[in-house]
Amino acid sequence: MRQVAIYGKGGIGKSTTTQNLTAGLGEMGKKIMVVGCDPKADSTRLLLGGLAQKTVLDTLREEGEDIELDYIMKKGFANIRCVESGGPEPGVGCAGRGIITSIGMLEQLGAYEADLDYVFYDVLGDVVCGGFAMPIREGKAREIYIVASGELMAMYAANNISKGIQKYANTGGVRLGGIICNSRKVDGEKDLIRAFAKELGSQMIYFVPRDNLVQRAEINKKTVIDYDEKSAQAEEYRMLAKAIDGNDMFVIPQPMKQERLEQLMMEFGMAGI
Amino acid sequence: MSKAIQNILDHYPAAVFRNRKEHILEKGGDKKEITANTRTVPGIITSRGCCYAGCKGVVLGPLQDVCVIVHGPVGCSYYAWGTRRNKAKGRNGKNFVQYCFTTDMQESDIVFGGVKKLAQAIDEAVELFHPPAVMIASTCPVGLIGDDIHAVAAAAEKKHGINVTAFSCEGYKGVSQSGGHHIANNGLITKVIGKGDMKVEEGKFRINILGEYNIGGDGWEIGRILKKIGYEIISVMTGDGAYEELINAHAANLNVVQCHRSINYIGEMMHTKYGADWLKINFIGVDHTIKSLRDMAKYFNDPSLTARTEEVIAQEVEEVQEDIEKYRKILNGKKAVLYVGGSRAHHYQNLLKSLGVTTVMAGYEFAHRDDYEGREVIPSIKEDADSKNIQELKIAPDPEKFKMRLSKEEYEKLSKEIPLNYYAGMIKDMPDGSIVIDDLNHIETEEFIKMLKVDILFSGIKDKFVAQKSGVLSRQLHSYDYGGPYAGFRGAVNFARDVSMGITTPTWGYTTPPWRKEPAITAEFAVAAGGAK
Repeated sequence: MRQVAIYGKGGIGKSTTTQNLTAGLGEMGKKIMVVGCDPKADSTRLLLGGLAQKTVLDTLREEGEDIELDYIMKKGFANIRCVESGGPEPGVGCAGRGIITSIGMLEQLGAYEADLDYVFYDVLGDVVCGGFAMPIREGKAREIYIVASGELMAMYAANNISKGIQKYANTGGVRLGGIICNSRKVDGEKDLIRAFAKELGSQMIYFVPRDNLVQRAEINKKTVIDYDEKSAQAEEYRMLAKAIDGNDMFVIPQPMKQERLEQLMMEFGMAGI
Repeated sequence: MSKAIQNILDHYPAAVFRNRKEHILEKGGDKKEITANTRTVPGIITSRGCCYAGCKGVVLGPLQDVCVIVHGPVGCSYYAWGTRRNKAKGRNGKNFVQYCFTTDMQESDIVFGGVKKLAQAIDEAVELFHPPAVMIASTCPVGLIGDDIHAVAAAAEKKHGINVTAFSCEGYKGVSQSGGHHIANNGLITKVIGKGDMKVEEGKFRINILGEYNIGGDGWEIGRILKKIGYEIISVMTGDGAYEELINAHAANLNVVQCHRSINYIGEMMHTKYGADWLKINFIGVDHTIKSLRDMAKYFNDPSLTARTEEVIAQEVEEVQEDIEKYRKILNGKKAVLYVGGSRAHHYQNLLKSLGVTTVMAGYEFAHRDDYEGREVIPSIKEDADSKNIQELKIAPDPEKFKMRLSKEEYEKLSKEIPLNYYAGMIKDMPDGSIVIDDLNHIETEEFIKMLKVDILFSGIKDKFVAQKSGVLSRQLHSYDYGGPYAGFRGAVNFARDVSMGITTPTWGYTTPPWRKEPAITAEFAVAAGGAK
């Protein structure tokens, strides 16, 4: 079982990328579970065709101790098992602690014992506190992919996430599998992300071009492969799935200083202008 | 620097040495300024408590008609439940001091926020106990997850029509329990004191007793004496105190302050807001009790009160003199170390002296420089991030209730005679050669006891047994073990008796620990024992 966590700056397209990617893997016949680690509980919406299942934490709160796995885990597109950790309303409580509790609960319920090929954790935003680092601690996720674009803030977040990975690499055994570039069509994006990934000691595992079809599929609560399986964008996600399935480059990232990051931006982001 | 101090500091690595040397001085030596109220060196095993302990445990906890709800997991509430021996009798059938109110937060309350549970806890407390006020004390996790306890308090106040006040006294705030005292003082001055409609009346001997927590019944003994003289005690902050009395505290003609550290903020703020002066008194020991009573009489400057004061002093002294003399014979020549909170390390020195006991070293757990060196150093105290982190209220005179108690001339004349709105600190009262130490820690406690060859350590539960296991008597001056009251005239006898009992039954000194008799490790040759070849 490969345990994968997807991180990246808020709004960069982690959930969208994760679901489209897992749809591709599902199509290949892989057995997959997606664990949404976002209080909004929208990490599996495209796979399930809408917000469908009870979150782990809501169930824990309402039902107390007695929880059945089937109650919180629903099967979606390509039989992908979908779980949402859930969490508090914005501005109250502690979402980080929620993730820790939720993953612990899933383990107790035996969610990981099935003959899964992949578990994907879709984690909210930056690694802001211990809770959001939970999937990289204690060996829960073994490989991390960071979704980024050529925008400075996205790379800045990716660099920060790398610091989190580096911190837990020795104790938890977690490794960086690569950067997924979710294109924002900024100048020199592909070269920039490739150089950025190399600087981290890693790779740009795939460049996902920008296509409005993704938006249309989202509106229809579907992954691109589900919505328009013959489209070029569906093919892109299949390629991404293949790249990840065949990936063998797992490293402890070497995060860079802010100055170096800005240097890279100057070098590649302004190239040819 | 004394050899003992040098010896202690030699134990330390450079960084700790640099830190600790600023917290220790010898009276009469070159070093005059002590560092206090700063962060403890991590890992050094301090005896300090936390902000929550200062706010809930010390200042709010003793209020008997208030349901003080601790918002957090159960431990913080449980360990502040009845452990401080602040006694309360109850008024109008209300005495909640024996109870332990907590929201007992569970994991899901941490994840989803605990405000609903808190609101429910307030509803239940009001429904079951009908208190005139509810106070909320928050613990660390509440601060981490950001529960808005002040909004909950405001809503509950509207709903129930009673005073509901929240205190953000999360344990991690500040460097010791001192920050918690300040937070509690701020809440009481803004939300409680002055809410009643009692008026200031000239010619009355109305007082508040500030910083008296009625440990072992101290406040009752002080109250007995003061009432006998003819004082009317409006409120006590906060031992055996009550919300219903605190609201009229503004009407007192004088505030007397026992524990300067924990309550000086209210003393000062009431001075600014209502014009009431505060007088530093000390009801520990016969001499200082007499001095305090005379200072109070001077303040009121009433011939009949002064005469009555002398009458009562004469009666009380006569009653205890013989006993004090008896115990003095037992205790004479003994040496003591005092390590207590923010006032007792000072207050008890005089009582011990009158019993023939020399205090060779004294220190505070959480005091500030003014408690050591006197309030005159306040302008020169360096503020740091930790002290700035605790809110300093800007107080203005109350437009209706402000009233100067003395004329300017009277005030100036009196302040030369009595400690009016002033505390001189501990150091001035100590003899040359004695050691002053701030935030004493475990290793220093052990080593100083040995080096100074002391007979008794007056401290708290955290270091009591360290001393006793080394064969040295220890008595708790935070909680008075099982004894008290120790304040006032009769209290002095109680104290002398309890200490004499300890000194004359040196049980711990008779035990020989196993490591004195047996080697810590033993070994034998493997071959001789028929083991491996």
